[in-house]
Amino acid sequence: MVETLPIVFCRIIGARVTPPRLNPKACGRSAMALRTLFSKKAFTTASGFRPIAAGDRCFLRQARGLTVAALPDLAYDYGALEPAISGEIMRLHHQKHHQAYVTNYNNALEQLETAVAKGDASAVVRLQSAIKFNGGGHINHSIFWKNLKPVNEGGGEPPHSTLGWAIDTDFCSLEALVQKMNAEGAALQGSGWVWLALDKGSKKLCVETTANQDPLVTKGANLVPLLGIDVWEHAYYLQKRNESARVQPVLLGPKAYDLHTGTDEAFTFILSPQVHTL
Amino acid sequence: MAMALPLAYASSVVHPFEAGRLSFSTKATKHKKQIYQFRNVTKVLAYYGLTNPPYKLDALEPYMSRRTLELHWGNIHRGYSDSLNKQLANSPLYGCTMEELIKTTFNNGNPLPEYNNAAEVWNHDFFWESMQPNGGRLPWGGVLDQIEKDFGSFSNFRDEFVHSAMMLFGSGWVWLVLKTNERRLSIVRTSNALCPLVWGDIPIISLDMWEHAYYLDYKDDVSKYVNNFMDHLISWHSATARMVRAEAFVNLGEPKIPVA
Repeated sequence: MVETLPIVFCRIIGARVTPPRLNPKACGRSAMALRTLFSKKAFTTASGFRPIAAGDRCFLRQARGLTVAALPDLAYDYGALEPAISGEIMRLHHQKHHQAYVTNYNNALEQLETAVAKGDASAVVRLQSAIKFNGGGHINHSIFWKNLKPVNEGGGEPPHSTLGWAIDTDFCSLEALVQKMNAEGAALQGSGWVWLALDKGSKKLCVETTANQDPLVTKGANLVPLLGIDVWEHAYYLQKRNESARVQPVLLGPKAYDLHTGTDEAFTFILSPQVHTL
Repeated sequence: MAMALPLAYASSVVHPFEAGRLSFSTKATKHKKQIYQFRNVTKVLAYYGLTNPPYKLDALEPYMSRRTLELHWGNIHRGYSDSLNKQLANSPLYGCTMEELIKTTFNNGNPLPEYNNAAEVWNHDFFWESMQPNGGRLPWGGVLDQIEKDFGSFSNFRDEFVHSAMMLFGSGWVWLVLKTNERRLSIVRTSNALCPLVWGDIPIISLDMWEHAYYLDYKDDVSKYVNNFMDHLISWHSATARMVRAEAFVNLGEPKIPVA
């Protein structure tokens, strides 16, 4: 959180945001910015949702109490995952595709709010597919960025402790899990995601696939995503040029994935009833 | 090559010995002839050959690069074709034309495992023939008249086609189809491998909106891809030939013949 402060601060200064209930003439600009930062809406749960400082629209949204989605920053450089995933793919994937999902999701949310306020039920229902697609895209990609880590920061090491034991119990070995995820990814028709999920109900790990940008919850309310692999062609086509299988073993194997991320979150999830937010 | 015959014509000239073979590939022809020269061959082999696009792989530059076609046709389309042949090796489904195979395996909404491969092979064949070098621009004659009748004007049709392509979520295809029941042209968007043949409609033009079709050339700029397709790639020659054939199945009304 601390390292994002300067970024949010700079954006707010640049965009001249007027937070609600403050007289712009009475406060200096930086004071206003700090007030926005420390207001109730500034520090919502985790990385994906924080106020966009983008001028009047943001002000209007905040005035109505609508929290908007924002593109989360990556914890590493675009080129840090080479040679497993090229910098060009990472940049396009993050700045173009994920950004598009975020933008369209916010637009859909605004339209939804208007429709709900007007009581227009058919518009509300009509917007569901756009929300599912773009919102799902935002959720899935936010998880995806967290699942990746450069090799020199520990990416690609096999999982230890609780997660490692759980994989050995439920899949016999890590290799078996990798093989299963690859098979599921290759069998997936069209675009979608492959997930390593924790089933909260049965307390077991499982491998699931979802179509298009459907988030994992659409496959079961009890499922917690631990690891997601984007099998949309935009995630690999530029680089892999469709080599044999759709999901390359190297992605899940010893190159880029940090399987540690899932460990603590998954098992504290079992113990505490907090909702797994992004 | 002036104009590629659509696959549909091929199905009407199937030699009895060659039932189940739908391929312009000369290698397959020679192979089959060699087999049937031996009198004691009793097994009928079903084999759907990979057809070639009716132009060289670099003929669509700069709107679709040679590399894209090499991968799209050479790897992906070929992969579907090989998978289909493998699946059909021990299957009772043989001897069908490709269109029949698609309709049978679609199974009214509960597709059999062969459906995906069969439909994708057919879809890609159709797509290659929907494009040509120096394509695009306007249709003419009957096709233009029908478009103007059903969409108001060609630019309405073009805008609707582009809009439909941009609105697609995920992988899929955009089609200009002749709807047999409604007897009019219409724009249809399908997901993954779905093909309008299964509803009995007759496709006229298709556009592949799977990411592998444009990602190498256009990255995420989908609108540029679709606009280039409309302006430079679309083959109205093929569309005309397909409309001519379609009119044998769908009565689009009497033409205005002047009274002598």
